[in-house]
Amino acid sequence: MNHKPNGTERYRAGVIPYAKMGYWEPDYIPKDTDVLAVFRVTPQDGVDPVEAAAAVAGESSTATWTVVWTDRLTACDVYRAKAYRLDPVPNTPGQYFAYIAYDLDLFEEGSIPNLTASIIGNVFGFKAIRALRLEDMRIPVAYLKTFQGPATGIVVERERLDKYGRPLLGATVKPKLGLSGRNYGRVVYEALRGGLDFTKDDENINSQPFMRWRERFLCCMEAVNRASAATGEVKGHYLNVTAATMEDMYERAECARELGSAIIMIDLVAGYTAIQSMAKWARKNDMILHLHRAGNSSYARQKNHGINFRVICKWMRMAGVDHLHAGTVVGKLEGDPLTVKGFYDTLREPRTPARLENGLFFDQDWASLRMVMPVASGGIHAGQTHQLLHYLGEDVVLQFGGGTIGHPQGIQAGATANRVAVEAMIQARNEGRDFLKEGPEILERTARWCSPLRAALDTWKDVTFDYASTDTVDYVAVATSTY
Amino acid sequence: MRITQGTFSFLPDLTDEQIEKQIEYCLGRDCSIGIEYTDDPHPRNMLWDMWNLPMFDVADPKAILHEVNACRKAFPNHYIKINANDATRGRETVVLSFLVNRPPHEPGFRLNRQEAAGRAIRYTTHPYAADRPAGERYRE
Repeated sequence: MNHKPNGTERYRAGVIPYAKMGYWEPDYIPKDTDVLAVFRVTPQDGVDPVEAAAAVAGESSTATWTVVWTDRLTACDVYRAKAYRLDPVPNTPGQYFAYIAYDLDLFEEGSIPNLTASIIGNVFGFKAIRALRLEDMRIPVAYLKTFQGPATGIVVERERLDKYGRPLLGATVKPKLGLSGRNYGRVVYEALRGGLDFTKDDENINSQPFMRWRERFLCCMEAVNRASAATGEVKGHYLNVTAATMEDMYERAECARELGSAIIMIDLVAGYTAIQSMAKWARKNDMILHLHRAGNSSYARQKNHGINFRVICKWMRMAGVDHLHAGTVVGKLEGDPLTVKGFYDTLREPRTPARLENGLFFDQDWASLRMVMPVASGGIHAGQTHQLLHYLGEDVVLQFGGGTIGHPQGIQAGATANRVAVEAMIQARNEGRDFLKEGPEILERTARWCSPLRAALDTWKDVTFDYASTDTVDYVAVATSTY
Repeated sequence: MRITQGTFSFLPDLTDEQIEKQIEYCLGRDCSIGIEYTDDPHPRNMLWDMWNLPMFDVADPKAILHEVNACRKAFPNHYIKINANDATRGRETVVLSFLVNRPPHEPGFRLNRQEAAGRAIRYTTHPYAADRPAGERYRE
């Protein structure tokens, strides 16, 4: 298989296996400047896994289904992606991790759309493979340096907000659809006045008949400014500027800026180009950019096909968002603790070493790209504060939507309960207490003087979402290459 | 009103013993501690006055608490906060910041609204106390 055919043999018209076209190079040593990807490949019955891996390399770079002589007009050896390693997935017959290296010059500088058009462009529909999942990527420093990265980043966000040393607190306005502008503003004011730092539009709040976008923006900014004056704190509401066209999005973002908003948001479904455009706009206009990962579970959740969310985390850090929803571990949405740690580290660390237990296949140096603030949202409440702090750390936005607005004593009380719980847990952690173990007791003791927290604990104390995760990591302590 | 800036403003005011434990935590993270005070608590006033330089080489929490109390004595009616500065590459900013003194009476802020084009409003947050000159803003 490693016999290199001469030019006449290699380029004779017809169809030859991808592995023989040069897309399988087990001796290849990846360069520091290569883009690396690892795919989980499920070949069709009877398809040799090496050929499947080579086909993935081929179809995500230069190949087509047949030999073309025009290859010989190019430095085709450079442009061919190379599958260089193939490991069976531990305990999963029929699936393989295929490692593929791509030369830096295959990609346009600073363009997520161009990167993804290669890596996930055609290849996922390829017939010879039954399923394909992009598990992880290593982006070389040389390529990272062509990206802006987060418009604001964790450090500058905290300096702008003047909030340090604790998770930030947010809530999504509920019900997510149907409130008028005035009623919507009421929810925002109550939540911020009670102690939250942020409130948030939901992913599907744009400009509907029940509340057009300008009404929402005006009412929310009244609420933000009133709450700020009532507390002496910087407050914010993520104004969702997602719309049908870039022109509409810019118009909404400009309006948010003119009204003095500190933060806007967009949805992942807006697309990579729109996200990169808004990130540049946000950097230029001193705006924090929140990204809701709307749509991701349609391709990120199943283990055998799609894109692992850790790759989306990487792309979004490069694209330049400041906030990204990345799981709660304990809440209502998918998230196994080890996998979620991989997402959080990818967003927040200056470099992430390869750690298979967290699904990180490669060493990744982030080359001073700013840090993205992860957002934990969906089915979390004050009674889980110790677990949230343990799993997610302090650089995170904890979004208690129902856990604020559903409080029996009202929204302000719900917000106060969350804020008090977080501050008390941070105090205990800093004092050296084993806060994960003693968490329930710390909350109980705090609730003796804080009746909103008492009510929150009583209302939600037994609420857990204890289901098996779909997306878990497959690894053994030492992976060995078998091909 | 009670201004809720800082990490622990929703808890009862910390005792000296509790403050010392937080200082210990910061020193354990290799942070340097700075004390800052102001009588202009506007939410976007990021440059409070410094009570001397951050204490880069002080490892004794009691010595830092001593400085806190000296600052309190000099400015009993000001807001005073402790900032922990982390010089780690990539962070290089404050990592904990909490109030250790506040005026006995906090009048809060007036929200000024200027009606602008359409339904838009331009907002200004104005500390009532800032109507008086610096140093005379908060009294017993």
